[in-house]
Amino acid sequence: MTVNELVEKCGFKAVSMPRPEREIDGCYIGDLLSWVMGRAQEDSVWITIMSNINIIAVATLTDVSCIILAEGVTVDSEIIKVALEKGVNILLSDKRTYETAVAVHELI
Amino acid sequence: MSESLTFHYDVDGEDFTSAGQASVQVKKNLRRLGIAPEIIRQVSIAMYEGEINMVIHAGGGKADVIVSEDKIEIILADHGPGIADIELAMQEGYSTAPDSVRSLGFGAGMGLPNMKRYMDEMTIDSTVGVGTTIKMTVYLNR
Ligand SMILES: Nc1ncnc2c1ncn2[C@@H]1O[C@H](COP(=O)(O)OP(=O)(O)OP(=O)(O)O)[C@@H](O)[C@H]1O
Ligand SMILES: [Mg+2]
Repeated sequence: MTVNELVEKCGFKAVSMPRPEREIDGCYIGDLLSWVMGRAQEDSVWITIMSNINIIAVATLTDVSCIILAEGVTVDSEIIKVALEKGVNILLSDKRTYETAVAVHELI
Repeated sequence: MSESLTFHYDVDGEDFTSAGQASVQVKKNLRRLGIAPEIIRQVSIAMYEGEINMVIHAGGGKADVIVSEDKIEIILADHGPGIADIELAMQEGYSTAPDSVRSLGFGAGMGLPNMKRYMDEMTIDSTVGVGTTIKMTVYLNR
């Protein structure tokens, strides 16, 4: 499953998708950044409600395949600009965190 | 690579929006040097935690990453308030981070434990009122 396929099948909105062909393997959920740094695996989907600029560095350093902002959380256009530059995929989900994770789980 | 290579970074204590950039740059540089991906990940995450700590807790500082044939060393030095009880600071969940940064997702008290876990060696040298120097090493070709 690639990030692009995940978007098509789950109806998430891609606000930054510089690397649509990235493979997805696993999922990590969390909003505390150093937990994510310690636990998220490479190629995972990272589901969070944190939408500040620091999530870009966290996603880059942990090598997650994409960030999904759940619960209808949105993200500033400046952050999207940085994400595009740094090659970080960001998707938006209107679903709750749990439902978002379940939708991801059904596909991977 | 017979000689060592040093990357130096000044970590700005004011600018929260660019925090983490030194670590992202280190990751790029290590990739260029052909270091194994798992090592790059460990080094850059440990560096990030240290970099963010200097921004949040110490008003900035300096970072040096020294790459040699058999190891990578990270030296983080600041002139912040210092750490009074290092053992306590190393405990998972211990944090003095202010609410302003907690709302951004920092302050779980997991940064120093992550650094220790991802690197082979770590020493903290700190004096209250003077500053903190953290040295971390990961060995290559193990
Ligand atoms: N460079 C530093 N200067 C002064 N105090 C520090 C420094 N680094 C860490 N500390 C102290 O050690 C505590 C624990 O650090 P640690 O990185 O584990 O957690 P945190 O930064 O509070 O939260 P997190 O890293 O999970 O976002 C800090 O809250 C702070 O009191
Ligand atoms: Mg920290």
